[in-house]
Amino acid sequence: MARGLSREDKQGLTLIGLPFGYALIMLAAPLAMVVTFSFWTQNYLDIDRTLTLENYRAVFSQPIYQTLLWRSLRISLIVTVVTVVLAFPIAYYLSFHVKKNKALWLFLITVPFWTSYLLRVFLWKVILGYNGVLNTALLKAGIIEEPLTFILYNANAVVLTLAHAWAPFAILPIFVALEKIDRSLLEAAEDLGDGPFRRFWRVTFPLAIPGVVAATLIVLIPTVGDFITPKLVGGTDGLMVANMIQIQFGKANNAPLGAALAVTSMVVVAIISVGIYLVGRKIGGRVAR
Amino acid sequence: MKRGTAPNWLTIYAVAYMVFLYAPVVLLPLFAFNDATIIAFPLSGFTTEWFKVLWSTDALHSAVGNSAVVAFVTALVSTFLGACAARASSRYSFPAQKGITGFIMLPLVLPEIIVAVSLIVMLMQLGLSLSLLTVVAGHVLICTPFSIAILSSAFAGLDQSLEEASFDLGESRWGTFRRVTLPLVMPGVISSLLICFTISLDEFIIAFFLTGTDATLPVYIWSQLRFPTKLPSVMALGTILLALSVGLLLLAEWFRRRAVRRQGLDASSSEGLL
Repeated sequence: MARGLSREDKQGLTLIGLPFGYALIMLAAPLAMVVTFSFWTQNYLDIDRTLTLENYRAVFSQPIYQTLLWRSLRISLIVTVVTVVLAFPIAYYLSFHVKKNKALWLFLITVPFWTSYLLRVFLWKVILGYNGVLNTALLKAGIIEEPLTFILYNANAVVLTLAHAWAPFAILPIFVALEKIDRSLLEAAEDLGDGPFRRFWRVTFPLAIPGVVAATLIVLIPTVGDFITPKLVGGTDGLMVANMIQIQFGKANNAPLGAALAVTSMVVVAIISVGIYLVGRKIGGRVAR
Repeated sequence: MKRGTAPNWLTIYAVAYMVFLYAPVVLLPLFAFNDATIIAFPLSGFTTEWFKVLWSTDALHSAVGNSAVVAFVTALVSTFLGACAARASSRYSFPAQKGITGFIMLPLVLPEIIVAVSLIVMLMQLGLSLSLLTVVAGHVLICTPFSIAILSSAFAGLDQSLEEASFDLGESRWGTFRRVTLPLVMPGVISSLLICFTISLDEFIIAFFLTGTDATLPVYIWSQLRFPTKLPSVMALGTILLALSVGLLLLAEWFRRRAVRRQGLDASSSEGLL
């Protein structure tokens, strides 16, 4: 290709220009602005535009923000592990044991995800509540004598609800990775004397790692920023950093502090995500071509 | 494959998992038709009362109207942007292709609260007021990546020789697009429109931050969840929404399959007929 832009290049760039321009104006510019904003301060209605680290000092020194950040991180990591571990066998089942109607299974898995997110979270509250579906059923069956109280308005409820909400996002990437595995590799492992267990850990699992990593990141990143679930089923011990961001932008009327919290949590999540990605690359199996 | 005990265990697990997935969803219609003001078992009787309540709630009607407008405009704009991006990356190669496409797809992995917060900060700084338009702006951002994902496969399956043939036969650039390209990718376009419409209809966090005085449907639902007496009618509303979403999804899937079939048969491209 000659130096400079060819005709092909130009046509491609013109076409991509519109969506790219939109993303620049509506995403890059706002993100840059949030970062700037987090270095400003607010007095009631006035924004003081002198650059200062005051918000970040608050974020890193005041116990409430530290608690919320750590808790969000802990809950998100637990949610991610639970979701991915529960999803893996389903993806495996779909890929290796379902012969017909794979598309139907995939459709059935995604249907609950298309109900209103708010209502799904709310319905978990109905299931887990003191007089909820689960407690009533267990009482009737005589398994428990007193309604269980540890299942609603705490971190457990948040984990359960989020693991449910993000299930399809974990299943699909793992399923895609498993589908890509060349089945002759498995036969080769068997011919060479590996039992089903060894075959799984030495061939299937390493080759599924890219899907597992994708699933982990897809679940981890957005759950850190969720504030509906903690608010509806989390009680006071289950509140997360996103609730605080929302409060700062709303009632507390300290948007710059909210921005600082948002930026901090984003940076922390980004670092963890890169870490997970690199570890995945290291331990994931590769097929030489 | 060998038959062992493992698949049976897996089948039991799969069924249990599906029960877990559907547990909350199944409750929705149960309580929507239940003849009691509290949301709890045992069910007391059948009623369509809660659906009638919906019929006479004005705030709900305006919320539905707002959401419909927002979702419709979002679907059109995101599908247009998505089509540009999908066409560009499947047909042309240009500098920084991966970086540019990756950046447009970024909202897919950004927490929605970050998107919402950054948009509201920008709007505040520009002194713009919040309205349904700002909600559309946010929704287009998160819907475009989905549209690109759907349309990429539609454009990738497109046989380029058909367009070349059309040029050779004297069609103009626009004529080729209208008479050859568009009909071939049309099912993909419709599927993208439906998916974007559904996503926008259900999106809460961005709408919550960016609506002004006009609530969208999820924002309205959120406001109702605080009042225990309103819950049965919220269940009824949820049931209608569920039926609607599933209907739209089935329609989208049908169009997507038609797209694959049409390209496979009419264009006899290498893939598709497998």
